[in-house]
Amino acid sequence: MPEMTVLDHRNDPAAAVPGWRPGATAPRTDPAPLLPDAEPLRVLGTPAADAADPALLRELYRRLVAGRRYNQQATTLTKQGRLAVYPASTGQEACQVAAALALRPDDWLFPSYRDTLAVVARGVDPLQALTLLRGDAHTGYDPRATRTAPLCTPLATQVPHAVGLAHAARLAGDDTVALALLGDGGTSEGDFHEGLNFAAVLHAPVVFLVQNNGYAISVPLTRQSAAPTLAHKAVGYGMPGRLVDGNDALAVHRVLTEAVERARTGGGPTLVEALTYRIEAHTNADDATRYRQAEEVEAWRAHDPVRLLEDALRGRGLLDEQLVADAAERAEQLAARMRAEFHTDPELDPMSLFAHVYAEPTQQLCEQAGQLAAELAAEAEVHGR
Amino acid sequence: MSTVAGERTGPRTGTMAQALNLALRDAMRADKTVHVLGEDVGALGGVFRITDGLTAEFGPDRCLDTPLAEAGILGTAVGMAMYGLRPVVEMQFDAFAYPALEQLFSHVAKMRNRTAGKLPLPITVRIPYGGGIGGVEHHSDASEAYYAATPGLHVVAPATVGDAYGLLRAAIASDDPVVFLEPKRLYWGKDGWDPAAPVEPIGRAVLRRPGTSAVLVTYGPSLPVCLEAAEAAKAEGWDLAVLDLRSLVPFDEATACAVVRSLGRAVVVHESAGFGGAGAEIAARLTEKCFHHLAAPVLRVTGFDVPYPPPMLEHHHLPGVDRILDAVARLQWEE
Ligand SMILES: Cc1ncc(C[n+]2csc(CCOP(=O)(O)OP(=O)(O)O)c2C)c(N)n1
Repeated sequence: MPEMTVLDHRNDPAAAVPGWRPGATAPRTDPAPLLPDAEPLRVLGTPAADAADPALLRELYRRLVAGRRYNQQATTLTKQGRLAVYPASTGQEACQVAAALALRPDDWLFPSYRDTLAVVARGVDPLQALTLLRGDAHTGYDPRATRTAPLCTPLATQVPHAVGLAHAARLAGDDTVALALLGDGGTSEGDFHEGLNFAAVLHAPVVFLVQNNGYAISVPLTRQSAAPTLAHKAVGYGMPGRLVDGNDALAVHRVLTEAVERARTGGGPTLVEALTYRIEAHTNADDATRYRQAEEVEAWRAHDPVRLLEDALRGRGLLDEQLVADAAERAEQLAARMRAEFHTDPELDPMSLFAHVYAEPTQQLCEQAGQLAAELAAEAEVHGR
Repeated sequence: MSTVAGERTGPRTGTMAQALNLALRDAMRADKTVHVLGEDVGALGGVFRITDGLTAEFGPDRCLDTPLAEAGILGTAVGMAMYGLRPVVEMQFDAFAYPALEQLFSHVAKMRNRTAGKLPLPITVRIPYGGGIGGVEHHSDASEAYYAATPGLHVVAPATVGDAYGLLRAAIASDDPVVFLEPKRLYWGKDGWDPAAPVEPIGRAVLRRPGTSAVLVTYGPSLPVCLEAAEAAKAEGWDLAVLDLRSLVPFDEATACAVVRSLGRAVVVHESAGFGGAGAEIAARLTEKCFHHLAAPVLRVTGFDVPYPPPMLEHHHLPGVDRILDAVARLQWEE
């Protein structure tokens, strides 16, 4: 049998000799290994946590506490019929908050539908972040104001958007980075794969964060992918994959900060998988007891992101009464504001249906707007208004 | 009249493919935010050579060879448009746009509305369109009805060399997404045209041939067939007008209705399937608006309701002169 040389350029850039296949481009010069570590990165509870910036720890703590309360209050509002639906991110607060905090204000976030906390962490008003889920507007905020794309309902379609924006920013000479968030189920969609491939080929300054919470509605990860980890999927595209404990806010912040910096300084895209768990059901409308065991939920409760952070703060002597009271107070104020402002139905203008379909409405749209206006006028007359 | 004029003036003779190429070139010269992307658009110049020479002139960033992935191409264009670029996307053949339909329907068409006007997407999606070139399966579909039924998209179909230039410039300049259907069997037809000549803007129908007996209402690749039919109909004593819609969205109802009211007889002609096709919408509208002026029902001549046939059978499917003349004969309406 003739001897065959298999060129493995995956972890050894020098081995990627241009010319061994037609049209091969230059070898990767980036020394970052493509394969993720066997174990997810943890920082909290390790000596590395002692070096963390106290201000960052406190900020993460305040936001996680507020985020937890936000999740609780929003779920309660669905029970009262005040929100149409809410996909709680209870248990995933660390991923969302830490990821958003790894961005600069001029970076862009491309969230999925469960990522209201990340959206709020970008500076979007917490109630405006809920208009989609209440049902009054598709997007209650100006995406340009906070550089936060609309919450995305179709799975993984925001992934190529993030790539395109990052690519355009790089062409403009800006050092803007885009971060796309998605779930484990979303990694099976074609748009995820096409987006990753585009990002790697274009060397776009973009980071992908998969929040692997174990389930896509009811379908467990084993039915979603046969890969050793979702971070492994990066390898085939030629970008590094990273694995992180998604309940460890410091670890997520570190991995994301590194990936964002790498992208910003010309290192190209990174795929990060954060291992986490969705403590609540998929949404208020879902019955999670049909597809998962109580013991599993309890085991993850013991690895709660807020508790992990609290313990770390306490260990460093940073969890003083002042901080606890301050965080609790802010969280309660937020919940009170949600209750107050969602107490009544919003006043909506039916004519807004016809706004913003086109830059200039078509003649047909103008006629239809006239029809609705006439209907509304007739209705108002009947009701004596 | 459109304000989009050609950079290089002077009448010339050329093909629709050349006019489209010049439109891209002039648009890219006039506005550096215009970027072209798609499969094989670089060194090859696209499989129809519509992007020929763009990479040489503007570099591989402005005319970008992408990976082979239509959802990725259009999805990436969405992000580029969000950052202030004007992407012009090439879908290689009409049926290969289908993998990108989710991006088109869920995001391209809706982003302006979803964000209350904050994120308009000035994307042009160029699609080589329709049959008659002997293409095998997936190379000849005519899917304008899907696009036209999706609010938020403009749907444009040029039929002349001059319109190919003018409408593509207008599409690229539009702040809304435009699905730009290029009738591929007209790519190589030569005609005289003037890039500097003013062009009727998107949303205006043009009467290509006046007439006194009835009107053929059409667009894109069926226009030459209708003109031929009108010529042939003279022998049978019919003086047919031919109206070129040029865009389905916006639909120029005023012009279409004026012609139909004045003549009282109309046939809508297109090559895509009839059931749920654009002609169904047009005929219904004309009937609603012109009922009392009609001497006969608005008839339709369309392709059959079959998947696009193999090349050796496509001439049976595509509406030709005879089928149009048969319909015209049926306009002698008697109960
Ligand atoms: C394209 C598409 N298909 C199906 C759905 C319906 N759907 C909504 S959420 C969901 C599961 C998503 O799971 P995952 O990506 O893991 O995110 P998670 O809910 O865990 O945050 C499904 C199937 C959808 N939103 N989009």
